[in-house]
Amino acid sequence: MSPADEANTVNVTINGSEIAASPGELLIDACERAGAYIPRFCYHSRMKPVGMCRMCLVEVDTGRGAALQPSCMLPVSDGMTVETETDLTKKAQDGVLEFLLVNHPLDCPVCDKGGECPLQDQTVAFGPGESRFVEEKRHYEKPIAISDTVYLDRERCILCDRCTRFANDVAGDALIHFMDRGNNTQVNTFPDEPFASYFSGNTVQICPVGALTAKPYRFKARPWDLEETISTAWTDSVGSRITVQSSRNQVLRLLGVDADPVNWGWLSDKERFAFEALNSEERLGAPLVRNDQKELVATGWGDALDRAVAALQGTAPERIAMIGGARLTNESQYAWAKLAKGVLGTDNVDAQLGDGLPVEAVLGLPRATIDDACRPGGTIILMGPDPKEELGALYLRLRHAVLNDGATLIEITPRAGGLSGLASHSLHPRPGELPALTAALVAAVGGEAVDTAGVPAEAITAAAAAVAGPVTVVLGRASLAETGESIADAAVNLNALDDVSFLSALRRGNIHGALDAGLSPGLLPGRATLSAGSERVGEVWPGVPESAGLDTAGILAASAAGDIDVLVLLGADPINDFVDHAAAASGLEGAGTVIAIDLVRNDSIEMAADIVFAAAGPTESSGTFTNLEGRVSVCEQKVTPPGTARPDWMLATELAHRLGADLGLDSPESIRAELVSVSPVHGGLSEEALAAGRIDGVLVEGNGDIAAPAGTTAGVPSNDAYSLRLVSTRSMYDDGVALRHSHSSRGLARGLDVRLSPTEFDKLGVKPGTIVKVESSRGHLLAPAFADPSLPPGSAHVPWSASGSPASSLIDAGAPFTDVRVERS
Amino acid sequence: MPTHSYVPHAPGYVDNEGPKIVTSRFGYEDSFTLERYQATGGYQALRSALDKKPAEIHSEVREATLLGRGGAGFPAGIKWGFLPPGKFPYYLVVNGDESEPGTYKDRLLMERDPHQLIEGCLITCYALGLQQCFLYVRGEMALAQERIAQALNEAYAEGYIGKNILGTEFSVDIVLTWGAGAYIVGEETALIESLEGNRGMPRLKPPYFPAAVGLYGQPTIVNNVETLSNVPWVIENGARQYKTYGSEKSPGTRMFAVSGHVKRPGVYEVEHGVTSFRDLLYGDNFCQGIRDGHELKMFVPGGGSAPWFFEEQLDLPLEAGPVGAAGSMLGSGGIVVMDETTDAVKAALRLVRFYARESCGKCTPCREGTTWEERVLQRILDGEGRPSDIELLLDIADNISPGPYPVAADPAQELDAIPFPPKQTTICPLGPSSVAPIASTIRRFRHEYESKITKRDVIPVAAEKAMS
Repeated sequence: MSPADEANTVNVTINGSEIAASPGELLIDACERAGAYIPRFCYHSRMKPVGMCRMCLVEVDTGRGAALQPSCMLPVSDGMTVETETDLTKKAQDGVLEFLLVNHPLDCPVCDKGGECPLQDQTVAFGPGESRFVEEKRHYEKPIAISDTVYLDRERCILCDRCTRFANDVAGDALIHFMDRGNNTQVNTFPDEPFASYFSGNTVQICPVGALTAKPYRFKARPWDLEETISTAWTDSVGSRITVQSSRNQVLRLLGVDADPVNWGWLSDKERFAFEALNSEERLGAPLVRNDQKELVATGWGDALDRAVAALQGTAPERIAMIGGARLTNESQYAWAKLAKGVLGTDNVDAQLGDGLPVEAVLGLPRATIDDACRPGGTIILMGPDPKEELGALYLRLRHAVLNDGATLIEITPRAGGLSGLASHSLHPRPGELPALTAALVAAVGGEAVDTAGVPAEAITAAAAAVAGPVTVVLGRASLAETGESIADAAVNLNALDDVSFLSALRRGNIHGALDAGLSPGLLPGRATLSAGSERVGEVWPGVPESAGLDTAGILAASAAGDIDVLVLLGADPINDFVDHAAAASGLEGAGTVIAIDLVRNDSIEMAADIVFAAAGPTESSGTFTNLEGRVSVCEQKVTPPGTARPDWMLATELAHRLGADLGLDSPESIRAELVSVSPVHGGLSEEALAAGRIDGVLVEGNGDIAAPAGTTAGVPSNDAYSLRLVSTRSMYDDGVALRHSHSSRGLARGLDVRLSPTEFDKLGVKPGTIVKVESSRGHLLAPAFADPSLPPGSAHVPWSASGSPASSLIDAGAPFTDVRVERS
Repeated sequence: MPTHSYVPHAPGYVDNEGPKIVTSRFGYEDSFTLERYQATGGYQALRSALDKKPAEIHSEVREATLLGRGGAGFPAGIKWGFLPPGKFPYYLVVNGDESEPGTYKDRLLMERDPHQLIEGCLITCYALGLQQCFLYVRGEMALAQERIAQALNEAYAEGYIGKNILGTEFSVDIVLTWGAGAYIVGEETALIESLEGNRGMPRLKPPYFPAAVGLYGQPTIVNNVETLSNVPWVIENGARQYKTYGSEKSPGTRMFAVSGHVKRPGVYEVEHGVTSFRDLLYGDNFCQGIRDGHELKMFVPGGGSAPWFFEEQLDLPLEAGPVGAAGSMLGSGGIVVMDETTDAVKAALRLVRFYARESCGKCTPCREGTTWEERVLQRILDGEGRPSDIELLLDIADNISPGPYPVAADPAQELDAIPFPPKQTTICPLGPSSVAPIASTIRRFRHEYESKITKRDVIPVAAEKAMS
């Protein structure tokens, strides 16, 4: 212990033995460290203590005589003496327990919480055998649905304030609160306002009784029948740690695990309830091939693989292309990269679907962790998607950092979002003009600003003045109607700030693992370019492509021109996910043979696939996941895949084998070992390190061989005076294929509409909700129009991937921005 | 004996011909107007205060030992000194959420002499360097709100409140807010929560005083209406003059609200510390004794939260120290007198029910315990009591307020007094307050409980039906 630490230490006597504690540590935590666990209901280490349940009363003497004090509210102080086992303490705790049970129904046998219920456990351990309460208990209607996924049984509630505190303090969705008073105090929603929070599932997890239950798990299992294993959430790139709980070979529940550097135990509802899609009856249990009637029919693996081999053998490497891969584990991604680039010899491989960023912007800039972004006294520049909609757990971390740790948030986004209320400065530049705005912002740090990209000079100057301490840029694609290149240019400008680093906000599942595995044109495993990595990789691969191939846009264009004979869709659905709908459709139509590897049929498969391999999904195969920081964490297999579906890496080795090559990969561990051997940045990723980082994961740091993006100076063409610039952002429930297969959540997809700033909306002269026509040079759609103050004047918003006509029919993927006209239909 | 000396326009107030510090204008029908206030020396104290240094005003109040009139009896001058230096802004909050059962003195002060309160606020703000004052008035007190609003408008128009008061550098704004009808908001931290727009629930201690962390996280002085109404008089007449009234430890006067079985219930301004309960309840100038043909059984000495007193405690002076040592408190100055026709169990239930209904629901022992107590008492009264219920009541009480609960001495049983205050497992004293009637009545009138439980004084309905 250093002298500074010693000076910052207080000594506390707990049940007769003295321990050292840091000032500010709560007594309840200090006692737990000292081995004296104090029972509690309302206290939660990730939330502000409220001292409401009174279960944690202990006898504390700070020099003025011993008195009962709530240990969750009391910071340790030097010389404090604490007794947790005295008769007075026990009497008080037993008394509180009896009070809690007075109105608590004895329906444990039919309560989902029974068996894992802190109240039940406490009662069994310490409670009286009989109740002295002979009156009738309090009654409420049970249970009431407070949202589409969460049910509330007020009779069971012990009013610990955990769910309400979470909703109000942590998630910022103050939609549930206490009503009435005294014995009639109850948690409820406001009239006609459901608990429509993206984070509502967390309240179910932290409820200390069975008052809050989630629809997907209700009456599905008893806790003692559940088996569990640790894994990583897969629906976005935050890499939230979870436990997967299953019974009878079916995943029934996911719970957040408190990983200190990542998600603090919280999950977004999308992460939490995503397993429902895996249990869908539509899951593929066998490979499919398209028959002579153009129908997809089930077949055997031998037939499907042979057809694929035949197609692959009958063509040249540059006429083969592969799109996708972000769904896969790191190991499967490596195996497919080795197959595509090493065996088949094509570099037309891209895991991003035109909705991401240039690789150099993700891998080539100084990288930040979530903890770096959340540093007290630092500055967060959000130049990416709304984290509340796309990266739920990251949103909670950023929100906490700004609210409680004194981080400053500056927003540079096309419209206001979930964090805008906390931003000290919100800049909303015209779509497509981010580079100019960031250049102006950097120049304004210690200099002068001029009006830029529709943002007044004063706003830029004020934001520049607020930049302090270490700067973290949360970098991603806020609007799909702007190009990734222009965002990369903007990032290069911000890279000139002092002490700046970048946290990627690419949202798609394991996209960062895919980039690390080389699933991108011009890339090899280990954050290496073709030239820099070929020597290392060449030692274990049969070959290495010599020149960079096409990205997804290029592949689809080449395919439309008839230049692609075999198109592999590695868990990709370009029809729904590529930014330009027309390009995706013509590309799929023009491809020779389309081989899809997926969990369920999607629109691209229905339209174009000739051969479909049924793949094992998350929880069905083992491997690792790389999150947006570059943190690698394990995903363990919990259940078996449906039918004969196989892990993706196994399909790659099988195909290679039938093509006459041996990938030399026979298990996730062996793949990991090979990845470590060819990738200097993965050097720390030993099996021992993974075991030690079972909760927190292993951070893979460094840029490898990837240089920062060069940055261009291309100007932005001006649009005509009658047009609006299109903004298209994602929402958490975007009607993607997984959501459509989730029983509980599928009703949450938001509908299609077009939103305008109130000024623009007034110009249109229609009533809210009137169907209007939105037209771009690429296409048009009809949608109800609404005014939306979150949009700056001059922009029109159409949500990404809503049901009905998708925004991708409007977007011009090649242009820095897309002009639209909104007219009365 | 005259029983008609009520002041018609100030219902409830009785002019007892003693020294008047805060009720001096109650005799005027238009006492609440600015005109009358100015005609009777109003706002002169403010003028003389503005000529002095703020510290002089503060020390004058400290010198006067002006005790807080809200219940705890803490000296206002000392409380004011708790403001941490340099942590501006500070706030003054006036606690006009008078809701203690049996107490209705602040209501009269607000209805009859709102300018006196406002002047007290202004002087206090000047003494402490505050620029913002919040007047929080109980939701049900419509007339008080109306009169204060009217008075604030008059005072603003006259330049007593606002920018550069009376041409000086001193500026203050006073805002009137009213409650939504919760007893617990009389607790100062719950009042602050309510003022901030939150649910009126007490805050956890520490910090123990809002003077450190109060409204909007800033240092805040919370004073009772009566306390601040004393300030103009103290400044105008000086601490020395103030201390000629009352006792050494408790100078000045104090308002008491007496209700129940006395001949002349009402609000009295009496000399603090030198008057005894007997003087107040039996004196000709005061309540004039128990109603004819009846005798005193028990009385609540300081608002519903106070443990009960009996015949033996009548000669105690109206002063915090001796009353506390005798097992109760002067509290908010609400005295409820009950004669021998009162059923002790019913009376206890009446108060316990109040606390059960008013519990804010925040902490477990109070939320669950008070209602449980109420239901056991109700069951006993309904003839469904069990022999174990008395011990059950005492044990529930012990789980809300651990250890011996403050009670008065009972010479007949050779039991000593247990001094105030009680201990608590709760966040605020509301839960323990519900124990006061139970602990007081079970100790003194255990036989009444027992007779109800053994049904010696109720008709056994079930048996009667069975026979017919």
